[in-house]
Amino acid sequence: MSTKFNIHNFNFYFNGSPVLKDLNLDVTSNEILGVIGPAGSGKTTFLRSLNRMNELEAGIRTEGEILMDGQNIYDPEVDVAGLRKRVGMVFAMPVPLPMSIYENVVYGPRLSGISSKSRLDELVEKSLKEAFIWDEVRDRLKLSGLRLSGGQQQRLCLARVLAMKPEVILLDEPCSGLDPISTAKIEDALTVLKKEYTIILVTNNTKQAARVADKTAFFLMGEMIEVGLTRQIFTAPAKKETHDYITGRFG
Amino acid sequence: MRINPRHTQKGAVIILGGATILVLLILAFIIIFILEKGLPVVNLQFLSSKPRDLGRAGGIFPTIIGTIILPVVALLIATPLGVFTSVYLSEYTKETTLTKVIRFGTDCLAGIPSIIFGLFGYIFFVITLQMGWSILAGSLTLAVMVLPTIIRTSEEAIRAVPKVYREVSFSLGASGWQTVKKVILPNALPGIVTGVMLSIGRSIGETAAVIFTAGSSLRIPTTAFDSVRTMAVHFYILAREGISQENAYGTAATLIIAVLIINLTAYWLMNRFIARRG
Ligand SMILES: Nc1ncnc2c1ncn2[C@@H]1O[C@H](COP(=O)(O)OP(=O)(O)OP(=O)(O)O)[C@@H](O)[C@H]1O
Ligand SMILES: [Mg+2]
Repeated sequence: MSTKFNIHNFNFYFNGSPVLKDLNLDVTSNEILGVIGPAGSGKTTFLRSLNRMNELEAGIRTEGEILMDGQNIYDPEVDVAGLRKRVGMVFAMPVPLPMSIYENVVYGPRLSGISSKSRLDELVEKSLKEAFIWDEVRDRLKLSGLRLSGGQQQRLCLARVLAMKPEVILLDEPCSGLDPISTAKIEDALTVLKKEYTIILVTNNTKQAARVADKTAFFLMGEMIEVGLTRQIFTAPAKKETHDYITGRFG
Repeated sequence: MRINPRHTQKGAVIILGGATILVLLILAFIIIFILEKGLPVVNLQFLSSKPRDLGRAGGIFPTIIGTIILPVVALLIATPLGVFTSVYLSEYTKETTLTKVIRFGTDCLAGIPSIIFGLFGYIFFVITLQMGWSILAGSLTLAVMVLPTIIRTSEEAIRAVPKVYREVSFSLGASGWQTVKKVILPNALPGIVTGVMLSIGRSIGETAAVIFTAGSSLRIPTTAFDSVRTMAVHFYILAREGISQENAYGTAATLIIAVLIINLTAYWLMNRFIARRG
């Protein structure tokens, strides 16, 4: 098992106040890492540190390093757009771009300069299949992505990320607005996808982490309290805070 | 004493509805008044022949050319300049005192009377740059005049594009410019087109800024350095100097119909564009 990310003494500040404190964590390739923790504990900030999306915000500062395949992604030499192509992201709210389903999926590939129609068609079919939505949209790829249901939109967003052929997929509470069936479809997709991708799944639903994550990390007030095999975190956590959170006794 | 909400609701409906109807009535009155006086002289002959005897007789053909060419050239200059400026201001700069000053400046410029632009154009383009009374000087002056409107409306339209679209685009590995091109401009387009339409309307109806810079020649222009007369200027001269009331109203009626056609076409094009994007 190789390691995708090595995170060393990583600190993150919004306007001078620390949001991630001295984070040390290794993320293994081809696994699903679940990230749980109460609201405001820094889960989203952690995720957005891995593809440097936090930089769209003003007043941020980082310390320490995040190595991806051994290279520090905060190195000034790093091409940020290139990094984001390698580290795809699905947001909490499904956000199809206001264009057709087809155009949504090929948005990333087109940016990378792929323009052959047959190549794009192939990518669209493959990505939509991988996101478990192909059968629902195959006849209406020209339809606006905005016309899909919320659950379909979220799977479209997943397909759009897959079409970029990233190495890592970050998901920020991707099922928070979805019904159980759509949620199950996304979870099924993720368990298949981890064979090819490294997946980090932030979730508010601890049961979801228990169902799909290989390892789980627990965040609290900007600190990672503990990380370990999901089974162990949920049955025998080392820290009292973790135990309190997963048993729902957290205030 | 409290007034029953149902009565205030009724009152609001009457006041708001009344205001709307009043505005529509005034508008309809003006248009009907001018069309009624002007339409009888408008025919193919009137539109396609040259004026004779200073416009007392004959048609308005050269002024139609002038009315088309000045706003077209002006907008060809002002639209890219204005849109790029607004993209730069809203996407490439952080909100600072400088951008606030720039924004305040454009707002002030938008409120300056057009005759000031006319004088500026006369001194700068016509005299200093030695363009003379010409299509070029007139168009440049109109471009300067409508630039603030285009910048402001485009900026509003760009700001109205949801922030999450930018985030998604960046997260898929797009550069700032790719995001502007593929997401921001297409979504801001209806707003930008509205600004351009407003500007075309203002340019077509403009007299003060045009008289000082493009002159009022009745000859058909052959180069960018020839003087032209627009329909608005023609109307002004015919009416002001008492040359011909009928032909003045004929010109005005043509102008109104032209503006109507332009606006309808623009809305039609825009709706088609929006429908196609879904
Ligand atoms: N753009 C920002 N500017 C300033 N502070 C921010 C910004 N975004 C987040 N924060 C702060 O950082 C902290 C962590 O936020 P973050 O969004 O990472 O939490 P989270 O664990 O994802 O919470 P949730 O479960 O509610 O999504 C919070 O205290 C929040 O107020
Ligand atoms: Mg969050």
